[in-house]
Amino acid sequence: MVEITEDPIVAESLVRQVKAHRHGAIVTFTGVVREESEGRRVLHLEYEAYKEMATQKLEEIVAEAQSRWLGIDMALAHRVGRLSVGETSLIIAVAAPHRAEAFAACQYAVDRLKEVVPIWKKEVWEGGEGWIGYHP
Amino acid sequence: MKLKISVFAIYREMVGKNEIELELDKGAAVADLVRELENVYPRLSGHMDSLMVAVNAVYVEPHYELKDGDEVALIPPISGGHHG
Repeated sequence: MVEITEDPIVAESLVRQVKAHRHGAIVTFTGVVREESEGRRVLHLEYEAYKEMATQKLEEIVAEAQSRWLGIDMALAHRVGRLSVGETSLIIAVAAPHRAEAFAACQYAVDRLKEVVPIWKKEVWEGGEGWIGYHP
Repeated sequence: MKLKISVFAIYREMVGKNEIELELDKGAAVADLVRELENVYPRLSGHMDSLMVAVNAVYVEPHYELKDGDEVALIPPISGGHHG
């Protein structure tokens, strides 16, 4: 249900993983490479992961969410490597009996992901590059 | 004791490789390891404030006592999933 991959990721396959007859709602989040960052024109991004630990942390996020919102199912996929503008870097799919839990758990997972999962993003702009989140 | 240290992202670029082997005294803590890294790789010094360290894929505190064979990772500030 969690995956870190160099290959393109698609929401449909995550939806398929969480879909079940007990669920009445499925929420998906898709993170996409934007063309602009703080006024700079982004050429491409490079995502790097500490794969073994990042996979564990993603599994922890699923477990945390499932203990807060009983009865939900969640799938996460994060792409790593070089991504162009418009490509999908992250997908989260959450299925729940009712929509409120699905929205809440999806938001929770996105927020937790950027706090604890060891995945780094380098932006390559016109005329420079920098690791995001790093402020010397 | 001998330690294998995985290095990622900004730190990987600073040291120029993705894995470091380091010899430390028995009983050394994570804080000692960080100090030693700054000695061996002067480029790192002044850049270690926001560093987190993981041992065997679990985040640890600076006082954590290292053991022979521990798999250490230097974790720079995280940006994964920072979208939209």
